[in-house]
Amino acid sequence: MSKTNSTEIYDSPLQKSPTGIEGVDDITLGGLPTGRSTLVCGGTGCGKTLFGIEFLVNGAVRYGEPGVLITFEETPDELNENVESLGIDLKELEAQKKIYIDYVYIEPSEIEESGDYDLEGLFIRIGHAIDSVGAKRIVLDTIESLFSGLPNKAILRAELHRLFRFLKNKGVTAVITGERADGTLTRHGLEEYISDCVILLDQRVENQLSVRRMRIIKYRGSLHGMDEYPFLIDDKGISVLPITSLEMEHDVSTERISTGIEGLDAMLGGGGYYKGSTIMISGTAGTGKTSIAASFARAACERGERCLYLAYEEAESQIIRNMHSIGLDLEPCINKGLLKIKSSRSTRYGLEMHLVMMHQLVNEFKPDVVVIDPITDYKNVGKDTDVKSMLTRFTNLLKAKKITILLTDLAHTETIAKTAVNISSLVDTWLLLRDIESNGERNRGIYILKSRGMAHSNHIREFRLTDEGIDLVDMYVGPGGMLTGSARYSQEALEKAEELVSRQEMEHKQRELERKRKILDARIIALQAEFEAEEEEINKFIMQREEKLKVLSSDRDEISKMGQADQRT
Amino acid sequence: MDAKEKFEQSLQSSENEQYILRLYITGITPRSTQAIANVKRICEEYLAGRYELEVIDIYQNPVLAKDEQIIAVPTLIKKLPLPLRRIIGDMSDTERILKGLDLRIKNDVQEKR
Repeated sequence: MSKTNSTEIYDSPLQKSPTGIEGVDDITLGGLPTGRSTLVCGGTGCGKTLFGIEFLVNGAVRYGEPGVLITFEETPDELNENVESLGIDLKELEAQKKIYIDYVYIEPSEIEESGDYDLEGLFIRIGHAIDSVGAKRIVLDTIESLFSGLPNKAILRAELHRLFRFLKNKGVTAVITGERADGTLTRHGLEEYISDCVILLDQRVENQLSVRRMRIIKYRGSLHGMDEYPFLIDDKGISVLPITSLEMEHDVSTERISTGIEGLDAMLGGGGYYKGSTIMISGTAGTGKTSIAASFARAACERGERCLYLAYEEAESQIIRNMHSIGLDLEPCINKGLLKIKSSRSTRYGLEMHLVMMHQLVNEFKPDVVVIDPITDYKNVGKDTDVKSMLTRFTNLLKAKKITILLTDLAHTETIAKTAVNISSLVDTWLLLRDIESNGERNRGIYILKSRGMAHSNHIREFRLTDEGIDLVDMYVGPGGMLTGSARYSQEALEKAEELVSRQEMEHKQRELERKRKILDARIIALQAEFEAEEEEINKFIMQREEKLKVLSSDRDEISKMGQADQRT
Repeated sequence: MDAKEKFEQSLQSSENEQYILRLYITGITPRSTQAIANVKRICEEYLAGRYELEVIDIYQNPVLAKDEQIIAVPTLIKKLPLPLRRIIGDMSDTERILKGLDLRIKNDVQEKR
């Protein structure tokens, strides 16, 4: 490739070559600068070589860019063995002419200097390697070995300058690894030569747990993530947590999904949780958090959705057995491949490792629903703030994927409103389970502390684990306060008795009234009869008097007639 | 035979050993020609009649550079007698070459005594 070509690359807007390493392309906003050199530095065992090999292999396999690996420390056989476990077959790629490996071996005891020299031999080898596979990418791992093999540092430094110019002219995207030293990025100051992009890998031990982190120290001409990003090396190679999960631009769903408990759906305005929301169930030990979580998991599987259940306290078989006892059969879900229970001790990994592991599980299993039971166990491996930051990133990641996440939280006191890891701000729906102790028994109560964006019940419901699953019962709230369990039963019995008594009393009164009415009626009849008798008598008297008056008047007429007759005569 | 006698004997025999040398250069640069001249001179002077020198231009044969682990140029490789030695540079420092070719070892040993 000619020199003009390389200047063209330099002048054009920065092109990037994707590394194909999970997360790295996110934090570099596209990959490493094409046609330039990137320094990857870090202490021993931090993954520099792996970074380089993944960059090459991904280039060769996924992006159609053949690559050259110049290794100074490990022989091709050793390298092959090391990466074989990651499913990378370097020999096969070499045979396909996609990758060219040159092992540069320097044995200081063999070497004697006599006069002036240059490193043209190395240049020829690199040039030959690049030309023979048409390489677009190159990894030098680690070029600092030259410093231990060649005594004349002045020549070496001059030649290194020339080497990086040479690589630029060749137009290859280079990854140069360097061992980190105290105070400086690399032991021999490689950062002086490579000014385009510097990535620092770091492995630290905090609280006896090892955490790997990656940071982009500089990236000339490009924006990049500034923070330290935890990464993980496992059987799939390097993965860095993507920063895209830190953005809060995700669509929200109005779709509701059932909690798996009828009564709880009703409490949440009849529909259940919002799809893609974060649900937390807080409660003291033995309040039934796992049962609620398992009900939800099973409901999801019954809808045909996939559920990932991360258990930190119980083994898979133990969860299945225990849930069986409350009538929740999880086995069919597992057999159908819809439910995946992943049990592990939280102390097995550091926090960041957990995050990466969960991230990977999510990417692999592609669940619709994730349950973490319980999040409190993360406190064993990290500080509260770290746990919160980890959960924030994880929940955001899931939200972006519209995955509903249910967290359980073991609270140690009854004043749960301040939850253990204080992540309430992350939580959309927060259910509180409480022990209610009274009259020598312990009962469970459930209420909704908050539920964003939905009308929800403000009642405390009693929550019972029965053979047929979880049952929510209305709680008795009477003058004597809240009653649960047998106290509620006895209170209800008492009420029934009282009701019976009053009903009897009422009936009694009614009968009395009836009797009184009858008495009244009888009296009315008697009075009427009396009245009628009196009326008759009075009438009779009146008639007699009228008769008497008539007789009297006719007598008077007779007398007057007689008088007249006297006069006329 | 104790270790000392063995050592003396090997020193004796080395004086008659056949030397197989390879000089790797890159084209006709001043450094290359200087190296060739220097090596030839020294060989004639110290190894007359018992050396075999081959000069190889790795521009012509880059695969050899890989096979022979050439990094610095010019490189003179002493293939035989063992142990293998690499002398890098334009071969202007004769003392160093002689040391690299194990031709000064006797004097060194004497000095130490």
